[in-house]
This record gives sequence, structure tokens and C-alpha cells, in this order.
Amino acid sequence: MIQKFRLEGLECASCAAKMEKAINKIDGVKQATINFMTTRLVIEGEDEKMPSIIKEAEKIIKGIERDVVMKKL
Amino acid sequence: MKKRLYRIIIGGLAFITALTINLSITTKYEWLKILLFLISYLIVGGDIVKKAVKNIFRGSVFDENFLMTLATIGAFLIGEYPEGVVVMLFYQIGELFQSYAVDKSRKSIASLMDIRPDYAHVKRGEELVKVDPDEVHVGDIIIVKAGERIPLDGTVIEGYSLVDTSALTGESVPREIGPGSSVLSGCININGVITVEVTREYGESTVSKILDLVENASSKKSRSEQFITRFAGYYTPIVVGIALLLALLPPLLINGASFNDWFYRALSFLVVSCPCALVISIPLSFFGGIGGASRKGVLVKGGNYLEALAKTEIVVFDKTGTLTKGVFSAKEIIPENISKEELLEYAAYAESYSNHPISLSLKRAYGKEIDNKRISNVEEIPGHGISAIIDGKNVLVGNDKLMKKMNIPFVEKDSDGTVVHVAVDNKYAGHIVISDELKPDSAETIRKLKEANIRQTVMLTGDNRNVGLKVAKVLGIDKVYTDLLPGDKVEKLEELFQQKSPRGKLAFVGDGINDAPVLARADIGIAMGGLGSDAAIEAADVVIMTDEPYKIVTAMEISNKTLRIAYQNIVFAIGVKVAVLILSALGLTSMWAAIFADVGVTVLAVLNSSRTLQA
Repeated sequence: MIQKFRLEGLECASCAAKMEKAINKIDGVKQATINFMTTRLVIEGEDEKMPSIIKEAEKIIKGIERDVVMKKL
Repeated sequence: MKKRLYRIIIGGLAFITALTINLSITTKYEWLKILLFLISYLIVGGDIVKKAVKNIFRGSVFDENFLMTLATIGAFLIGEYPEGVVVMLFYQIGELFQSYAVDKSRKSIASLMDIRPDYAHVKRGEELVKVDPDEVHVGDIIIVKAGERIPLDGTVIEGYSLVDTSALTGESVPREIGPGSSVLSGCININGVITVEVTREYGESTVSKILDLVENASSKKSRSEQFITRFAGYYTPIVVGIALLLALLPPLLINGASFNDWFYRALSFLVVSCPCALVISIPLSFFGGIGGASRKGVLVKGGNYLEALAKTEIVVFDKTGTLTKGVFSAKEIIPENISKEELLEYAAYAESYSNHPISLSLKRAYGKEIDNKRISNVEEIPGHGISAIIDGKNVLVGNDKLMKKMNIPFVEKDSDGTVVHVAVDNKYAGHIVISDELKPDSAETIRKLKEANIRQTVMLTGDNRNVGLKVAKVLGIDKVYTDLLPGDKVEKLEELFQQKSPRGKLAFVGDGINDAPVLARADIGIAMGGLGSDAAIEAADVVIMTDEPYKIVTAMEISNKTLRIAYQNIVFAIGVKVAVLILSALGLTSMWAAIFADVGVTVLAVLNSSRTLQA
């Protein structure tokens, strides 16, 4: 399953790279990419683990850049 | 951004006040000066310090906020108050410029991809309802007014108009449409009102596919991007490590070395320790290049492919439909003992039951209705041609082999097209030459590719040797393989792989219809005429939306430009940083230069990268 999000307020490119790296390590994630320029986060992961993946990803993002709002597309 | 600006102005004013006190007041008031520096520092950099403290608790040590805080507090500790404030002030100014530059590039990317339709006017009963394109289903009827973007793929059932396809193809000449024409989402309806029956849901329609492709292109990273990611991972810890050694070792080992002096040099290291300039600007260059290419009707599916295009050594073309139009027409009609019209009539009648492109072209050339009553006993002789009874006469239509087989004397002809011989009642009646037309920009494409240092251009074709050689000669193609079956093409490609250098790339250009295996095998599979053809979009790495081979040259130019800008940034950013690191280690420069090496370089690199957007 592929889920897409917009990361509003994403301002720091190296933070985006850190988020991408951390999200890719979440259990059940096949591939996650963050495009800094379009502020898009695309997560490809196992269907049944998706809710927990999203929760975990949000925690990671907030932890790295506090002001970022993760909106589902 | 506004808040940051105000903070910079107020903090900056406090800082200037503190500096002027220096000139006019005696040492008695030293503490007041320090207090003012401290206040201006907190106004300017308070939020950075706050973030730094928070991040330490989360365990991220090499965070840039932390490094800046460390550097500036360090400066305060050794009494370099102005330096401490200035570094923070410049850092904030730099961040401001940077977020401005990023914002600006984001906006131009957004406008580049502004082909998403916002709404659709759908017919629900007698009423016309304005809905989100997502809510329209296959078979629904939508109305598109003049000036509106076509929201979904469909077929026109009423109305005539011109559509602007430039957002998808880069082609500026509008296309005429009328009942029966298919229209693609993302195009703009220029003048008339059209009624369209929807043939694809929004998620499946052309505009969604293109946007998806461009937005996801960043997941396939180029080697330069991978290099930067790896580099950034090592750079910060190494620089911070050296800073630590610089602060501790020389004062201990060298006689008379002052701790303050070396500590100051170490602080400069911390200031330049962020690889931001590279981390932001390199992916931006590639993304800009991909966006710019899509504007010109070339979809590149990843940074890796954009990078590979610039390293192409061998370009292999399919012939029919790629270099030629794939439309056959009767070029020469040479009768013997009968009239031209009669010759064409016999040929067209004999071939009337076939749907082969050659047969169709004969029927087109004849241009009149075929009267089925005049023809009987049609028999196909596989690999040779057709025999039939037309108007009571025994007619043979086919190739050289057919004439030989039937023992009909004829003159073998060396021609660049397919030769169709006709014999009536066992007597030779003449021949017709049918050939495919070259695309107008094919020759120019090959010429430009050679100028661009492509080592070899190759053509693969299922056509016969004469045709292949002639086309290759006209276009100036280096090598040609003819009489190939679809399976042979992959084999030939393997052979060609042996002829390139290890780092060079091989590109294959085809129409994407029956060359999917070859497209997949090549380093870069380029499909032409992608507009409306899902197969081509799926199979290829690079999709050319129009039928123009010249777009390959355009794509390579964009690729070269992107790589040039990316390399400029890498060399510039690393160069300036290394230079500043060396100078600070030697004590030849101040923290002022270091902060420029950090934020100034980032801003310049981002601005340089955004040039790729105007591809």
C-alpha cells in the first residue's frame, strides 16, 4: 500500500534526509521517500502495519522538526 | 519568516549599540557592554539555543542548531563577544535568505506542475454540476468550456475546438478536435465548448500519471545525490572531531600556544561543519532538471536516468515509428504495357482483403471503393504475395520471390522501399514502390547527437536490407542491423553493450509498442509518442510525449546542464569550506569568514540550482 503526505512547514533539507532515513527503518516500511522541494512524503508499506507506521512516522517527523504538520493526500 | 526578520533587525540594532559603546565609554562600564551583547545574542539566536537544548535531550548531537550554539557560546567564553553575536546574526540572515530561496524554487516547481485540473462540470440528469475531478466516473458526460483545463481523459461527442497540449508535450501548435477525437486531461480547451464522454477515472488519467511520475522521480536518486548523502554523513563528525583536537592538542603540545587562540580556531570549524549547501542544492538541481524536461514534453523517471543521459555513448534506434513516420505510401508506380491506373487498380484489388500496412497504403493510393464482385479466388501465398482472379484475369501481386516462383520474367530492382510486382495472366505488368517517410527532424537529431559526442548511432529494423541501408545512409547512422525479428533485437543490444566503455551508457529509442524487452534491457529506455500510450509510459525510463526524435537531443541538453550545475555546486561548496577550514586552522581568518562559508555558500548554491528549473 502506498500512502502520500504533504509535510507543511518543512524548512530544513538535512532534517528531511534524517526523517527519510528514520522512517525507512520503521517495521513494515518497504520504501519511504521525502521530496524536500515538493514537501511530499511517500510511504510504501505493508497494509496491516500502515496505521502504526503512520503514527511512528509522525512521531519521527515531529521529533526532528517540531513545526512540521503531516497532512494526508 | 516575518518573525525571524524582526528578530534580526532588533537584535542587530542592539548589537550595533553595544559596538558603539566600545568607542565612547570607559572600561568602567565594560559589564554594560557585555550585557548588551548578551541581550542582542538572545534576541537573535534565542530560538536556536532553545532548539539545540531540546535536541540534545533527543540525542542528536550533530544537529546544526547545537553546533551553532556551541560555537557562539564558546566565543563568549573566551571573551569574543562581538564574534559570538555576529555568527548568530549571520546564521539567521543566511537561514532567512535560504528559506526565501527555497520558497521561491518551490513556487516555480509548483507552477511547473500546475497542470492539475481543479474541477469538472459533469452532467447529472439535465443539470450541470461542478465537482471534483475525483468524483467523475467512466461514462459520465462532462462539459469543458473555452479556457478551461480538460479534467479527465475522454472522447468528444459534441463540439469543435482547438486544444493546447503544451503543458503535456511542450508542443505549442494547438490541436484541432471534433466529435470522435480523444482528448487528454491536462490540456487546455482554447475556444469552443465541447461535450466529452469520460473514458478514464481521474486516478488513471494522463494528468495524474504524469504528475505521479514527476513527483516520484526523486525516489530514484542519481549517483551525485547518493554521493552527497554519504559525504554529509561523514563530513560533520569529521569536522567536529578535528575541531575538538584543534582545541585540545596544540595548547598541550606546543610551547607557548595560547588556549584561547586555538579554541577560537576550533570554533570556526564548528561554524562550517554543516553540509547544508550540498544537501539542499544537489537534489534541487536534479528535481529542477526533471521538472524542466517535463515542461518540454520529456518525462524522466528519476535522477539516475537524467544523470545517465549525459553519459550516453551509444544510441540505438528502432526504425519504423521512431525515425520514420510508420506510414507507408506508394512512391513510384512503374507500369509495363498497361496504364498506371490499371496497375494500381490490380494491386489494390488483390490486396483488398489484407490489413497489412503495405496493403492499406495501396488501397489509400488507389483511393476508390473496392467492388467486391469483381474479385474472386483470393489466395495468400505466405511470404510471397497474393494470387486472385480480377475481372476474369489471373492476377499475381507480390515480391521478387513470387515472380521467380511463378516463372515470370522481370527486372530485379534495387530500391529503398518495398517493391510490389504485379503480373496479369502470367505476363509482367509493372511494379509499385512503397516506402515509409522519414520524420522531418530525424536527420537533424542524428547530426546533433554526433556533435554531442555520441560515439555510435545504430538502427535496428525488421525491414529488409535495402530499405535499412538506404535510411541509415540518408540519416547518417553509423551502423544498421536489418531483417530482425523482435527477439533478435535484444540479442543485438547485448552485442552493442560489448562496444561501450564501462561507464558509458547505452540508450534505446523505440515507440514502446512491441519493444518492451529492449527498452527494459537498455541502460536508458526511451519511448516515443508517450501521449495517450500507457504501454510506453510503463515500459520506458524516459518518455517523449510527442513523436519527435529531436526531443532526445533536448533531453540530453537538459541532462548536461543539470549535471554541470550540480558539479559546480559540489566543487564550489566543498572548495570554499575546505579553504575556510584550512585558513581557520592556520589562524588566518575569523569566524566572520566561516559563517559566510556556511550560509553564504548555501544561498548561492540554491540560487545556482534553481537555474535548472528554466531548462
